[in-house]
Amino acid sequence: MPLILTEEQAMLQEAADGFLAERAPIAHLRQLRDARDPDGLSRDLWRAFGEMGFAGVIIPEEYGGAGLGAVEAGVIAESLGRTLTPSPFMGSAVLSARVLADGGSEAQQAWLPKIAAGEAILSLAVDEGPKHAPAKIATRAERAGNGFRLNGAKAFVLDGHVADALIVVARAEEGTTLFLVDPKAAGVEIERTVMVDAHNAARVVLTDVAVDADAVIGEVGNGEALLDGALALGRACAASSLTGAGDQAFKITLEYLRTRKQFGKLIGEFQALQHRAAHLFTELELARAATLGALQALDAGRQDAALAASVAKAKAGRVAELAVQEAVQMHGGVGMTDEFDVGLFMKRVRVLNELLGDAGFHSERLAQAQGF
Amino acid sequence: MSDLEGFRAETRAWLEANCPPEARGPMGSEADMIWGGRDAVFATPGHKLWLERMGERGWTAPEWPREYGGGGLSREEAKVLASELRRIKAQPALNSFGVWMLGPALLAFGTEEQKKRFLPEIVRGEIRWCQGYSEPGAGSDLASIQTRAEDRGDHWIVNGQKIWTSYADKADWIFCLVRTDPEAPKHLGISFVLFDMRTPGVTTRPITLISGKSPFCETFFDDVRVEKENLVGTLNRGWDVAKYLLAHERTMIGAMGEVAGGRPVGQVALDAIGTDEAGRLDEPMLRARIAELEIDQAAFRLAMERVGDQVKAKQAHPAIASMLKYYGSELNKRRHELLMAAGGADALEWESERSRGGSAARDWLRTKANSIEGGTSEIQLNIIAKHLLQLPGA
Ligand SMILES: Cc1cc2nc3c(=O)[nH]c(=O)nc-3n(C[C@H](O)[C@H](O)[C@H](O)COP(=O)(O)OP(=O)(O)OC[C@H]3O[C@@H](n4cnc5c(N)ncnc54)[C@H](O)[C@@H]3O)c2cc1C
Repeated sequence: MPLILTEEQAMLQEAADGFLAERAPIAHLRQLRDARDPDGLSRDLWRAFGEMGFAGVIIPEEYGGAGLGAVEAGVIAESLGRTLTPSPFMGSAVLSARVLADGGSEAQQAWLPKIAAGEAILSLAVDEGPKHAPAKIATRAERAGNGFRLNGAKAFVLDGHVADALIVVARAEEGTTLFLVDPKAAGVEIERTVMVDAHNAARVVLTDVAVDADAVIGEVGNGEALLDGALALGRACAASSLTGAGDQAFKITLEYLRTRKQFGKLIGEFQALQHRAAHLFTELELARAATLGALQALDAGRQDAALAASVAKAKAGRVAELAVQEAVQMHGGVGMTDEFDVGLFMKRVRVLNELLGDAGFHSERLAQAQGF
Repeated sequence: MSDLEGFRAETRAWLEANCPPEARGPMGSEADMIWGGRDAVFATPGHKLWLERMGERGWTAPEWPREYGGGGLSREEAKVLASELRRIKAQPALNSFGVWMLGPALLAFGTEEQKKRFLPEIVRGEIRWCQGYSEPGAGSDLASIQTRAEDRGDHWIVNGQKIWTSYADKADWIFCLVRTDPEAPKHLGISFVLFDMRTPGVTTRPITLISGKSPFCETFFDDVRVEKENLVGTLNRGWDVAKYLLAHERTMIGAMGEVAGGRPVGQVALDAIGTDEAGRLDEPMLRARIAELEIDQAAFRLAMERVGDQVKAKQAHPAIASMLKYYGSELNKRRHELLMAAGGADALEWESERSRGGSAARDWLRTKANSIEGGTSEIQLNIIAKHLLQLPGA
C-alpha cells in the first residue's frame, strides 16, 4: 500500500477541509469561547457532521455509518486540527464508536446510528490523574446484586459534561472491564472543566453507582483488548490532529516570513529563520509519514499497529510542539496576542499532546516493546 | 493469494536458497562490504556468490528495466523484496555509486547506446564508479568548478584537479564534471563526462580521514583524453545531469538514517550496561535518548517510503531529496553518538583484541561526513528554503 492518500481519501480530505473552512473556521472556536457557551461546542455542527457522513466515518454501514477505516478518520481529525474546531469527533466518533462497534451488545450498539447521525455524544472515561495511565486504573467495579457498583474518579473525560452516555473503564475482580453508564444515574457527579484551548472535558466522580450486568461492554475482565483497540485508533487520530495543527501553524508562519519586513528586508530572507523553517518542514513531513503509516497499519490489522500509533503520537506531538513554538517566536510580539491565531494553536497542541499519552509515554512504550 | 503475495512467497524461497550464510547477519566490519569492480575483493567466497546471484537476477537494481540488466520490478514488488531481504538480515549484495548515482542519471539522460553499454555492468557489479565533482575551490559552490575540457574535434583533453573523490584509487571509471565553456555563466558551461580511470594522465593520491581510513583521494588530470561519445546529456548543460544525480545521491545518503544491518542501539546498550530490577536499561537518561532516537528512526523510515511513493505517483518535488539527505544524515550521526555513549570506554578502544579494529569509534567518526558529503546540511536547508518553501531571497 503506497504511503499516500488514495483518490477517494484525497476527496474526503478536500470535503472535510472545505466544510470546516465554511462552517467552523477558527472564528467558530472564538465565538464559543468568548460567549462562554455552556456546552462549549455546537450541537448543530455535530448534526451537520452526521449529515456529511463524518460522524459515522468508522461506523459500519448497517448502523448508518460510512463503514470506512482509520485513514479516513485520520483525514477528518487532521482537518479538525487545522481549524481547531471543538467537536465530539474524538470522544464519540472515534473512541466510543470503536469500543461499541467492536464489543457492544445489540442493545448497546443502538447508540451507533445516533453517533453516526451526529445526534448523540458519548465519552470514554479512562484517565484518572493528570497523566494518561490506562494500565493503572483505580476505579473499582464490585459485584452487587445482579450487577455492579462503581466507585472512582475520572478526569480529562472529553465532552463529559454534555455526554448522553459514558463508557467507564474500571477494574473488576476479573480484570479491566468497560461499562456503559448513564450520566444521569444516581452517584454520578460531573464537573465541566474548560481547558486551556477552550475545548471541552469534564471530571466525573462515581460514588456507589449501581449498574446492571448488561451495562458491561464485551465480557467482564476482558476490557483490555477493547480498550487497546480504541486507544490505538484514538492515538493515531490525535497524531493526525497534531499534524494538522502543526502544519497549519507552520503555514501561517511561512506567510508571515514572506510579508513582514525589518532592517529593510523580508524577515524570510534571514538565513537563521530560513534554516529553522526548513528544519520544521522536514519534521512535519516525518510526522505526516508516521501518522499515515500508523493509520494504514490499523486498517491492515497489522500486529504492530498499536506500536505504530505510539510512534505517530510521539513524533507528531514533538513536531507540533516545535511548530507552535516557532510560530509564536517568529511572529514576535504579535504572536503573543490573543487576537492573532498562533497562540490558539499553541494551546490546542498542548492539550492534544497530553491526550491519550504524551511523547514520553509513547517513547516508553516503544522502549519496552524493543526490550530495553 | 494476490500477485504480490505470490511474489513474496517466491522471493522468500529464492532468498532462502540463494543467500549464503556468510552474507547474512550484521556485518563484521567494512571489509564485508561488497563493492564489485574489475579488481573486486570479497571477504568470503559466499560474498562473491551473493553478488553474482543477485546481479544475475538484476536485484542489485530491482526497479531498473530488464533490458538494461535490472530486475524490472514494480515499486510494490521492490518493497516486498526489500522487506524479505531485511527479514533474513541479508547484507547488501552490492554497494555501488553506479547503482545509487550514475545509473539513474543514465536512465534519464543517457543515449540508448550508453544505457546498453554501462547499465548491465553496473547491475552485475563488474565496473566500479567514482564521482568527480568537488574541487579544492568548489565545494558547496559546486558550479564554480575549474577543471577544463578542451575541444579537440572527436575528443576532449581534460586538465585539472578533483578532491574528496571517494574510492578514486579503487574505481574503474569516473563520472566527472568539467568546464567546456569558460566564457558562459558558471552553471551553463559545465559538461558531464565519463572516462576510464586507467586513461593516461589520471593519478590519485589517498587522503586519510579522522577515522584513520583513506576512502577518498585527490585526483589529478593531466592531458586526459576523453571520447566525445562519453558525454552524458547536452554539451554545456551538464549541470542538469549533475543536479539530477545529486538528488539520487542525497536520497542514498539519507537512507543511512534508516539503519539496515546494524544492531538496534537499545540492544547494544543492554549488552554493555545491563538492566535494573525492573528489567530496563540501567541508565535512565541514556534510555530516554535512545527511545527518542528510535521514534525518529521509525518515522524517518516511513518518510523515506512515502517520498518514494510520491516520486512514483509523480507527486514529489525534485528537491524533496534534500529533506531526506538532511534528516537522515543528522539522524545517523545521532545514532552513532548514542552507540558511543552506550559502549562507554569499550567503544573507545582503537586497537585492541576485542575492538574489531576499533570499528565502533571509526564508524562513529565516519558518520560525521554524512552531513558534509553530497552537499552539507546547511546547503540542504538552503535548498528546502528556496525550492520547497519559496522563501524570499533564498
Ligand atoms: C567522506 C566524504 C566523501 C566525499 N566524497 C566525494 C566524492 O566521492 N566526490 C565528490 O565530488 N565529492 C565528495 N565529497 C565532497 C563533498 O561533497 C564536499 O565536501 C561538500 O560539498 C562540502 O564542500 P567543502 O568541503 O568545500 O566545504 P565548504 O563548501 O567550504 O563549506 C564549509 C562550511 O560552510 C558552510 N556553507 C557553505 N556555503 C554555505 C551557504 N551558502 N550557506 C550556509 N552555509 C554554507 C558549509 O555548510 C560548511 O559547514 C566528499 C566529502 C566527504 C567528507
